[in-house]
Amino acid sequence: MKLTLQIWRQNGPQDKGKIENYQVDATEEMSFLEMLDVLNQQLIEEKKDPVAFDHDCREGICGACSMVINGRPHGPQKATTTCQLHMRHFKDGDTIVIEPFRANAFPVVKDLVVDRSAFDRIIQSGGYISVNTGQAPDGNDIPIEKGISATAFDAAACIGCGACVAACPNASAMLFTSAKVSHLALLPQGAVEGERRAQSMVAQMDKEGFGFCSNTGACEIECPKEISISNIARLNRQYLKSSIASSEINE
Amino acid sequence: MKKLDPKVPEGRLADKWTDYKGTMNLVAPNNKRNIEVIVVGTGLAGASAAATLGELGYKVKVFTFHDSPRRAHSIAAQGGINAAKNYQNDGDSIYRLFYDTIKGGDYRSREANVHRLAEVSANIIDQCVAQGVPFAREYGGLLANRSFGGVQVSRTFYARGQTGQQLLIGAYQALSRQVATGQVELHTRHEMLDLVLEEGKARGIITRNLVTGEIERHAAHCVVLGTGGYGNVFYLSTNAMGCNVTAAWRAVKKGALMANPCYTQIHPTCIPVSGSYQSKLTLMSESLRNDGRVWVPKKKSDVEAIRNGSLKAKDIAEEDRDYYLERRYPAFGNLVPRDVASRAAKQACDSGHGVNKTGLAVFLDFASAIQRYGKSEAFKHGITDPDQETILKYGEQVVEQKYGNLFEMYEKITGDDPYKTPMKIYPAVHYTMGGLWVDYNLETNVPGLFAIGECNFSDHGANRLGASALMQGLADGYFVLPYTIGQFLSHEIRVPKLKNDSPAFLEAEKAVVERIDGIFAVNGNKSVESFHRELGLIMWEYCGMSRNAEGLKKAQKLIQDLRAEFHRDVFIPGDKNEYNPELEKALRVADFMELGEVMVLDALNREESAGGHFREEYQTAEGEAMRNDEDFTHVAAWEWNEESGPIRHVEELQFENVELKVRSYK
Ligand SMILES: Cc1cc2nc3c(=O)[nH]c(=O)nc-3n(C[C@H](O)[C@H](O)[C@H](O)COP(=O)(O)OP(=O)(O)OC[C@H]3O[C@@H](n4cnc5c(N)ncnc54)[C@H](O)[C@@H]3O)c2cc1C
Ligand code: SF4
Ligand code: FES
Repeated sequence: MKLTLQIWRQNGPQDKGKIENYQVDATEEMSFLEMLDVLNQQLIEEKKDPVAFDHDCREGICGACSMVINGRPHGPQKATTTCQLHMRHFKDGDTIVIEPFRANAFPVVKDLVVDRSAFDRIIQSGGYISVNTGQAPDGNDIPIEKGISATAFDAAACIGCGACVAACPNASAMLFTSAKVSHLALLPQGAVEGERRAQSMVAQMDKEGFGFCSNTGACEIECPKEISISNIARLNRQYLKSSIASSEINE
Repeated sequence: MKKLDPKVPEGRLADKWTDYKGTMNLVAPNNKRNIEVIVVGTGLAGASAAATLGELGYKVKVFTFHDSPRRAHSIAAQGGINAAKNYQNDGDSIYRLFYDTIKGGDYRSREANVHRLAEVSANIIDQCVAQGVPFAREYGGLLANRSFGGVQVSRTFYARGQTGQQLLIGAYQALSRQVATGQVELHTRHEMLDLVLEEGKARGIITRNLVTGEIERHAAHCVVLGTGGYGNVFYLSTNAMGCNVTAAWRAVKKGALMANPCYTQIHPTCIPVSGSYQSKLTLMSESLRNDGRVWVPKKKSDVEAIRNGSLKAKDIAEEDRDYYLERRYPAFGNLVPRDVASRAAKQACDSGHGVNKTGLAVFLDFASAIQRYGKSEAFKHGITDPDQETILKYGEQVVEQKYGNLFEMYEKITGDDPYKTPMKIYPAVHYTMGGLWVDYNLETNVPGLFAIGECNFSDHGANRLGASALMQGLADGYFVLPYTIGQFLSHEIRVPKLKNDSPAFLEAEKAVVERIDGIFAVNGNKSVESFHRELGLIMWEYCGMSRNAEGLKKAQKLIQDLRAEFHRDVFIPGDKNEYNPELEKALRVADFMELGEVMVLDALNREESAGGHFREEYQTAEGEAMRNDEDFTHVAAWEWNEESGPIRHVEELQFENVELKVRSYK
């Protein structure tokens, strides 16, 4: 199939950037990234600068790939990362617009590559259980109800890609942050520091320059791992509880 | 040739580790504060080590070429992690896990290391649960297990089909906690391009900041590499695109030894190659072989019909199918170890029974499992005489619960629905048992240089059992290295903070800059990718699933020629002082080429078949691998030598507790 690609090119964070047009010949079995590989091979043969994009596992699990395809983070297919998207979802003659994930907290490194280290700093601010190596009791000491464990898992499945931020009109990181808060708060091991965790993670999120959550739900729709927006409600409850508790202590 | 000393402590096998730990040199807390450790890599091995060393009070600097520690390739592991917990009461024990690993490795690993691995395996599960890893559970709330290839007990812990992800997130969170306390300094998008030695000891690394291109010098009292495996030397593999050998290879060029590089694991169940643009291969977890049955049609006419689309798999009558693993290996059936399953698939396809257009695929069929689960689930719902529709409904539900995400992934890639039609699979490069030679302390022959996780050679011999890499990575990082590193560091407490501007550092930095300038200066016509693909084809053809002397000799020449061409005709676009993925790849591929040559040399010198290394000249009449214990019960560790060519050293393997047997899964 013959495709026209309109790709965002930007040489660095200071550069203004612009859309450029390319033609590429692809086949149905190719993945979206393999189609870009073909384009890059073409560009290199013409001694031009290839399009930079983040990728690694190409199996939908590392969270590296990150592009807005025809206006949608990770493209048109539901619950699918860019690397798992295949060209059989496009047709001959299509024009495809490819842009980076856009948010103030995700500055562009080059072309489609953005800096998502803000997510790491949110986790560093409290997204863990405080246990040192060697301190753990036997794994079966605390039985955990299968359903609760499954719900915790659903939240823990977040791959940290940032599509939720790119999808949100306010560039809020609530879905990402709430997924981590939920994963840990649902488990008895993690519930202990649940409120403190919610407080510090939300504070860090604000500090990084992510926007406010206005419940548009766009994040949930574009999330490749189908992280549920109910996690945001759970975060809000934790946060509220801890805010009340801390104001009582202050009084 | 040197004889290498593994420094295995004296004593009974089962007591060695405990006794050793009890008498080991310690570093006092006030001294730890002044000791710096560099950890390269944030996969399971690197992240767990860096977090634990930070908790212990060392000053840690950790490096990854990824943009976040959480993206290390460990994230992609699917099936599970082994531990000798015996929660299922099915007769598992530390000894049995030890024995299975030694046997699975075809008697080519070090007894004492493997036993220690089995001993600490149980602690790993406890630690991960405490960190919040949501392992699969039974209705009673206790941890669930499943079986993996090559064993007869159920000791694999799993988190859906995303075990690696959940374990890595656990380690990443532990690491993040140390970063927050300032105990660990994190450097993302930094690639190690050289190792720095001072007076023979590893004292630092040279890195390139992948965003700005800046070359940096980092000094510490010692260096730990947790930089993963080198399967991508084959270009196509199940590894993530960025996996590479550069860190380990640079260590080799500074004197470390590369052990058993020819031991490569080819995983039997991967999605077959579909075209020449293919960038990587996708694994379908081995856990699928618990319920999937592998087969090909018996009749060539059926094979033809399937290839041209006139017949579907389900049209082939039961008696016309060859469930070749069940037929050849009745004791283990579809759960034979990986090397055995892969070779059998190759044989089935080589004899003309492959079931896709290229002739390189076999079926992995879930129909029987769906029937079996469907009936038992219907029974649980009080339906004693269910119809087909009910059976399929319930059966597919159970299969979905167990393998849902894998089935989904298969469908996304191939467009076929594996609930309705069998998967097509073929072996692909997956894991490298070879790696940096380390002693019992996980220290290489270069003092102060440690290697953990897939980048060392330590525990899997000639073949790794499923669910054992995650175990080894975390054992090394959480429970072994943090102790054994003290054996080296306890002698270094008087060494003040190391400076990064000594002549050794400046020289290493200069060499890196020259290497980069040199590669730009070629200014040829071919992309890095095209060289990498060619290298991969050579390796797969001559040093892949089966090898012979003639082919290996041919490969040597082909790789040398390709390497020369690379340095004559490669083209790197862009500039060195910017974000430049083509430059990153070029440096990695240059190292892969040198490694490839040593792999071929190792395969040529090992005149036996063992585990993942199958030499056609050494097989039984039935086509099974034939070891040569008399001459090859040793580790081969290669020294890089520019003048004389690579030099082979050996570590004799002593088997004091296990009797060497022909590995049989019949
Ligand atoms: C698809 C797949 C599925 C698997 N499933 C299983 C399973 O179910 N069970 C099991 O036990 N094993 C499994 N394995 C194997 C297992 O995942 C790996 O062996 C293991 O995760 C390796 O961990 P590691 O920490 O050694 O290395 P990695 O996770 O590969 O981490 C390497 C780290 O080193 C860094 N690095 C490398 N080079 C440099 C450099 N030069 N400079 C800076 N940083 C560098 C990288 O950035 C990364 O952080 C699977 C493997 C694959 C490919
Ligand atoms: S919540 Fe979803 S979209 Fe957001 S980072 Fe996680 S996986 Fe990506
Ligand atoms: S490349 Fe890993 S999720 Fe897409």
